Order: sequence, then C-alpha cells, then structure tokens
Amino acid sequence: TFFFFTQLNGRFLGGKVRFSFMENPGYCSGSFDGLHHPSDDDDDDDEMVDIAGATLDFSTTDDVPPLSSGGYDEYSSSSRAGMNGGGPKKLVDLLEDPLPGVGTYEDFNTIDWVREKSKDRDRHREVPDTKTCFFLFCVLLLALNAPSSPPGALAGGIDIAAHWLTDLKGGVCLIGFWFNHEHCCWTSNETTFQERDRCPQWQSWAELIVGNSEGAFAYIVNYLMYIFWALLFAFLAVILVRAFAPYACGSGIPEIKTILSGFIIRGYLGKWTLITKTITLVLAVSSGLSLGKEGPLVHVACCCANILCHLFTKYRKNEAKRREVLSAAAAVGVSVAFGAPIGGVLFSLEEVSYYFPLKTLWRSFFAALVAAFTLRSINPFGNSRLVLFYVEFHAPWHLIELAPFILLGIFGGLWGALFIRANIAWCRRRKTTRLGHYPVIEVLVVAALTALIAYPNSYTRMSGSELISELFNDCSLLDSSQLCGYKQPVNVSETGVGNSLADRPAGEGLYTALWQLALALIFKMLITVITFGMKVPSGLFIPSMAVGAIAGRLLGVGMEQLAYYNHDWLIFRGWCSPGADCITPGLYAMVGAAACLGGVTRMTVSLVVIMFELTGGLEYIVPLMAATMTSKWVADAFGREGIYEAHIRLNGYPFLEAKEEFEHSSLAVDVMRPRRGDPALAVLTQDSMTVEEVETVVDSTHYSGFPVVVSQESQRLVGFVLRRDLLISIDNARKRQDGVVSTSQVVFTEHAPTQPPEAPPPLRLRGIMDLSPFTVTDHTPMDITVDIFRKLGLRQCLVTHNGRLLGIITKKDILKHMAQIANRDPDSILFN
Amino acid sequence: NSYFFETNANNTATITNLLKCFLLCWLYLCKDIRCKCICPPYRDVEGQIYKQNVSLKDCNCLHVVEPMPVDGKDVEAYCLRCECKYEERSSGTIKVTIIMYLSILGLLLLYMVYLTLLEPMLKRRLFGHSQLIQSDDDIGDQQPFANAHNVLSRSHSRPNMLNKVEHAQQRWRRQVQEQRKSVFDRHVVLS
Repeated sequence: TFFFFTQLNGRFLGGKVRFSFMENPGYCSGSFDGLHHPSDDDDDDDEMVDIAGATLDFSTTDDVPPLSSGGYDEYSSSSRAGMNGGGPKKLVDLLEDPLPGVGTYEDFNTIDWVREKSKDRDRHREVPDTKTCFFLFCVLLLALNAPSSPPGALAGGIDIAAHWLTDLKGGVCLIGFWFNHEHCCWTSNETTFQERDRCPQWQSWAELIVGNSEGAFAYIVNYLMYIFWALLFAFLAVILVRAFAPYACGSGIPEIKTILSGFIIRGYLGKWTLITKTITLVLAVSSGLSLGKEGPLVHVACCCANILCHLFTKYRKNEAKRREVLSAAAAVGVSVAFGAPIGGVLFSLEEVSYYFPLKTLWRSFFAALVAAFTLRSINPFGNSRLVLFYVEFHAPWHLIELAPFILLGIFGGLWGALFIRANIAWCRRRKTTRLGHYPVIEVLVVAALTALIAYPNSYTRMSGSELISELFNDCSLLDSSQLCGYKQPVNVSETGVGNSLADRPAGEGLYTALWQLALALIFKMLITVITFGMKVPSGLFIPSMAVGAIAGRLLGVGMEQLAYYNHDWLIFRGWCSPGADCITPGLYAMVGAAACLGGVTRMTVSLVVIMFELTGGLEYIVPLMAATMTSKWVADAFGREGIYEAHIRLNGYPFLEAKEEFEHSSLAVDVMRPRRGDPALAVLTQDSMTVEEVETVVDSTHYSGFPVVVSQESQRLVGFVLRRDLLISIDNARKRQDGVVSTSQVVFTEHAPTQPPEAPPPLRLRGIMDLSPFTVTDHTPMDITVDIFRKLGLRQCLVTHNGRLLGIITKKDILKHMAQIANRDPDSILFN
Repeated sequence: NSYFFETNANNTATITNLLKCFLLCWLYLCKDIRCKCICPPYRDVEGQIYKQNVSLKDCNCLHVVEPMPVDGKDVEAYCLRCECKYEERSSGTIKVTIIMYLSILGLLLLYMVYLTLLEPMLKRRLFGHSQLIQSDDDIGDQQPFANAHNVLSRSHSRPNMLNKVEHAQQRWRRQVQEQRKSVFDRHVVLS
C-alpha cells in the first residue's frame, strides 16, 4: 500500500498538495474559542480548544511561529506576482511565508495524511546536498532511539517501586525501609527450606504492632493493615490523576491506536500526563487491584517519544512523521514492559499502528533493542535477566497433548468474548448513568472489595506477576510451595535425572492449592471486568494472563493425575510409562495464559513471540500457536472486535478499521452529502464572490471545508479550501493588507479578473487552496471508496457526475454508513 | 566578594562530587553479590538453603554448603541435587529509585494541596473579595479566582519571567480543567 500510495502521489498530485478538513455537522466545528494561546514550548499545551465552541479569535496568530516554508509555495512563479494585483516585485507574505496557523490542526480532529506526506517531501526538496542529508540522518537516528532509553529507565524504576510498594502492604524492612521483602532477606542466613520467605529483618505489620505473628489477632491486624494500605494507594492514585492529568487514566492503548491512525488529542502525550501516569501507575498496581502495567507503559513510552519529538523541527511540524516515531515508541513500550523486544515490534505492527512502512520496522527494532539494553542495565528483576517469567524446564510435549491445548484455546476464546461484552456493558453504564459521577468513590469501593476478598486466599493476595511466575514454575524437589505438594515417591532412587521428577500423585498441599486456585480463578474473572476502565492507569495483559494461567494449571494438574492413575489407557500408552515425567503442568499454564490473552486482545503472531520471549521456552511454539489460533477463532465467532477496538467504538473515535472488509454493494452516490432533501452543497466560486459573501457562507454553516468551483452554473471543480485556513487568511488580510474590505473580490485564480479602477484590490487566496482534491464519480462502488480512504488516509473526497461537482463524502460519513450496515447506532460516531 | 565566589565554587564541587559518587555507586560500587544454594531433602537430612558472599568461580556446592551435613562418600550425591545460583543486585539503585519516587510523590501531593487549598486562601487574603471576578463556568471548580492573575498583572509591574510563569500556570490549569470535564464529567474521552 505504501508503494501504491507514493505512485499515486507522484502521478496526480504534482508537487504541492494542500488538503483540508472534512465537514463536520456535529461536533468539532472548525473553530476555537478565545482561550487560544500560542505554543511557545510544547505542542501539547497550546491551542486550547473547546469542543463545541463557536467563536473565533485570531488575535494571537502573531505569536505562533511560522511554519517551515516547505509545502506552501506555488509551483508556478505567478505567486510572486504580488498580492494586490501590483507589480511582481512586491513581497508576498501570504503566499511565500504561510501564515502561522495555516496547516495546523485542531484538537479532536483527524490529520490529513496526504498533506503531511507532501509537506515532508517538499521539505526534503529544500535540503538537496548530501552532507546535510547525512547529518540529518544521524540526528534522525539519534532522535529515534533517544526515545527508547527514557522509557527503559522509567520502566525499571516503575518495576522497583511497584515491588516495594506491593510488599509494603505486608510489612516493612528493618535494615532499610527501601528494600522489599525479597531484598530484605537477601543476605540473611535464617531462611529455611520450608519457609524460605521468612527472615527476622522483615517484619509484618502484626509483628511490629502487636508483637507476634501467629494467632487470630495478628491475622486480623495484618488484614486491616492490608486493606488500609490498599485503600490509601488507590485513593492517592485517583486524586493525583484527577488533579493533574485526567488523560492519564485507563490503559491508553485504544487512544494511542486512534492517534496513530490520524486523530489528534492534545495533551494526551504531554509531560504532565507522563509524570502523572508514571507515579499513579505504581500506586494503582500496588494497591492490589486486578490490573497490570503493560498497557500504561506503552502510553508512557509514547509520551516520552512525543516530548522528544519537539526537539526536532522535522517531527514537531509534521504530524505524519511524528506518528512514525510514535509507532516505534509503542514497540519500545511493550519491549520494556515484558523484556520482549521482538514481540514489542510485532505488537506495534499488529495492534497499534495504522501505517507501518518498512523503514519504521527496522527503526522500531533498533529502538526496542536500545530500550532492552537500558532496562537490563538497571536490572530490576535481578540476575541481569530481562525475562519476567523465566521458565527453566525443557520437558518435551507429546502430540496427544494438543487436544488439551486446543481445549485451553477454546476456553480462552470464550472467556475473551465474554469479558469484552461484560466490560463494555459496564463501561457503558459508567458513561451514561450516575455511576460515572463518582469516580473517586468507585475506585475506593473497588479497591476495598478487592482487598477484602483477595487477602484470605494466598493466590489472590500475591501480585499478578508473582502468581503467574508461580504457576509457570515446574515442580521439582527444590520447591516447597503448596502447589508442589505432591506425595513423596515410594522409591526414592527412582526419581528422574537431576531434580526433575516423574509424575506423582497429589498430596494434601496440592489439593488445598487446587481449590484455592479455583476460587481465585472465579474471583479474578469477575473483578477484572469492573476494574479495567476505571479512572486510574490500568492494563489488561497481566490479569488476562493470570486467568489463563490458573485455568491452564488446573487442567495440567488434572491431566497429570489422570496420566498417573491410568497408565494403561489408549491415549497414554506408549509415551507415558510409569515413572516418566510426561505432563508438565507449567506448560499448560503458559498455554492457557497465551490463549486468554489472545482471546481478549485478538493478537496472534505478536502474542506467540511475546510468550516465548517472556518464558524462554522455544520448544513450545507449536502449542502456543495452536492455542492462540483456536482462541482467536472461537472469540471471533462471537464478535469481531478485540477489547481495544471495542473501546474505540464505545468512545466514538473516528477509527477506520483496517482489518474489516466492506461487503456491501452501495455506491458513492448513496453515501455522499448532500442527500436528497438536504440543502445544496455549499461551494465557493473562483472569482465571483466578495469577502463578505464568503464570510457569510462560512459563518452560516459548520463545515470545515468548501469546494471551489468555476461558477455556480457550471459547477466544474477547481479545488478545495479549508475553513480554518480561509478564516485565518481573511482575518490577516483585513488587518495587514491595504485596501481589503468587505466588497473586495476573493480570487482563487492565478490572475485576477480586470477590475474597474475604483474597485478595492482583490484578495488572492490561491495559496491556501488545494489544487488536487481527490474525486470519485458517483458510480464508484463504496468498497473501492473505503479502500481509497483507508490506504491514503483521506479525510474527505469529492463526488463528481459527468465532470460536475455533485457532493462530498467525509470519513465520518463512511463510519456512519458502516455503522448503519452493521445495525449499530450511526450517531455513536462522535468525532471527526 | 571572593568569599562569595569561594562558596559558590565549593557548592559546585560538592554537587559534582555527589553526582560522581552516585554514578560510581550505581555502576560499580554498592553492588551486592551472593551465591545461593538450595539443597533438597536427602534421605534423613532436611532441605536447607545456604547463602554466602562468594564470587562466581566459587559458586558451587563445595564452597558454599557449610557445614556439610553428610559424610564423605555421600557428599557427591548430595551435591548433585543441590542447585547453586550466582546472583547480584545493586542496592544503591534500589535506594535511589525509592527515595526519588517518594520525593516526587511527596512533591506532587504538596503541590496538589497548595493548588486546592492554600492558593485560594492566599489570593483571598491578598486581594479581598471585591476585586476578584468569578468566571461563569467554574461551578464547584478548583479555581474560582482564575482572573486573579490578570488583575495582578495589570495593577503591578512585575518582572517578565514571573509573569510568564504565572501565565503558563494559568494556561495549564485551564487545560487540566478542560481535560477533567471531558473525561470525568461528560465522559466523552476515555470512558
């Protein structure tokens, strides 16, 4: 598609393209209120936009620095002919140096990819010699990879702080309050085999307050302290989010997907959002809520990249180039969250990015590499390991075991579909009813509920990552946890090689662990539905993986016991003889985790790569693939969208899904506006309207762009002009140029028509007009039109009939049409 | 005058020393190492965990497991089951990270308290009620005195830097207010 895109550009667009917004009958009219302030530092805290504003204030356009002079010069030299019909020597400020504000976008609007691409190409033309090219290339390389080490450092810091705060709920370290439980007992020699977590340097709250650690009273004290800390952390998280950066709540991935497809949300990737999200993410994860930190880390990485983009003009001015860097940053986010660089790149490619040309692929790879290197040097997991859930077993699996793996895939798909439906229903209720009016109380109630129910069960008390590590672990003689509570083998000398054990019958400890895990499974399934989407930073990966890992482990232990007691069944005969280590429940947990995560997010390739990078288990690619594919198929049978697309649709973002196919036989004339019965298309003529008439047309409608025709009778198309650019130019001309008044002609042609001598000088606006708007004929099938919109990133497309202008199709019209066909509410598309 | 320069030079020297110390600590010093051997139950010997502060080449069963619980000929069989791992950590990194995190958290909380509670009180005391203009859409909002800075800048002549900071702060607060409206109240973005 990229190749096709450049071909098309070369052939039809010539050198200079100006594109414009699409019409927007509802929200986001092309205006902004008087709170418009110039951007002297960041792009994210300039241009305050009121979503439904109606007034215009251009008095501050002086302070906005002029855009780079790339894409706005006319190809022909007639632009230098002068503004007011005067001599060619007159300096044409309007056409040569584009006005500040022309070519920028408003908040909650979609960018025009074609315009940004051509701006970039023009910028390249301005820089002809190779020396500067090389210098720019080096700077570019540095710029693209500079974003990756701040996220690496931040991710390491977040890990360390989250582990410490999580353990703070249980007790405190006496030798240095900054150590968490594991590090506190690092050097102590009093740890025993059975209770390898205990040491005298780490005191639980009951020991500190009451004096002893056993007994009912100590349990109650520990319970109450746990709930207290959980509530405190959750409360701090939500009030900080509310006070400093409300955009920091939620996962961030749906909004980043939309931003990468061309939408603009100012402030979403700003510095306050970065600081707030980093600090509150740690608090939210430590408060025991059922959420993870991977999604928010992608948001954090994109914020870092966005902030660093402001240092380079090339990326600050061009929205399309900036999105290339953001794609790489999304890869970096997943890479530092999991320690999975390749998986991160594939995740960015599959889930997050919209346009992903090949050059972004290697840049993302390099950025993820640098981030992984930074993370390793901080060493948050100890032992210089990047891998979160390191799996040390290499037991082989048998082909027969594909049946339970596929069963896990089916479970994952079913759970994914159910989770998405339930979560969307809950979020919709939060959006529309009174539940949404009390965000702080909601967070506190959910945190209290989670802490109350989670504490008694040791598997829900521990954090999500710890739970997953324990479930992935294969039991050997070295383990003494409850999950490895098997009965000792009868003959000690018959144990397998080293410390890997043959299948053993379940003992007391294991039975206890099993029913505790079953309860934990039900609890986690229910609580994650109401936790994801709250007004604190919340991710989805770890809870989904935890649910899948529990289910997988249960099935694995079941299979193991089945194989132990029934060696002579047909399915076990031949490969599972008594005394052999046939079934590895840890592997089932891995496969279950992958299946559930795939069912929720509908990732395929990236998920498999992330899983085997997480665990280091390269032998297990085939089971992972089988389970992931099964879960995707089963989940797709219930609904085509993953959780992120479902949230995009819930919020009404203008996201044209690249994976859907348009299978309806409508034509362009069915979707275009104006429909029959609507007022006629608002057009401007190329040289027969006065400034006053233009202003009337613009003020009386909400459209953000107007086609320019030769005359009202012929309706032959000349070009397309943006509302925003029009208003800025007219306002500027009234102030700066001599003689431009309400009765001046507005001229879009190269040469102004001859005027009587006492007429006021004309206003030349050819410079802001797009001379090559995309058109389709009225009989173009809609699937081709939708394809054009998707591949080229258009915002609007004009419809002609026999060469005459008939109507306009905008991206929002297409989204509404698709919603109507799918029997959804077309008014749910809120933005442009 | 010379005293002033001296103390300045001293200050910068101290700061650079601190930074060097921090960097060294992070990269080379303040690193703890240990060798951890886990030995499972063997015959009638119970399972045990041994830890010692040895380097990588000495991280094996013979060096770390002391006192050896079995006799000469069983040592090899016992040691075969033990698993020894070499681990290192940087306690300096942990300390610095936690302290930095807590200080940033504390600063944010203080700033929030200042914005919500102290600043309105200070403004009220400085200006009195008559000069302040309530903006229309601030019902129950945190900044009922949004125009206070405008009033201030018109009445006094202040240095430009301070004006800029105030201006930027006001702009930021308006942005946060807008964000809060769209996220928390109208539920338009980020449901």
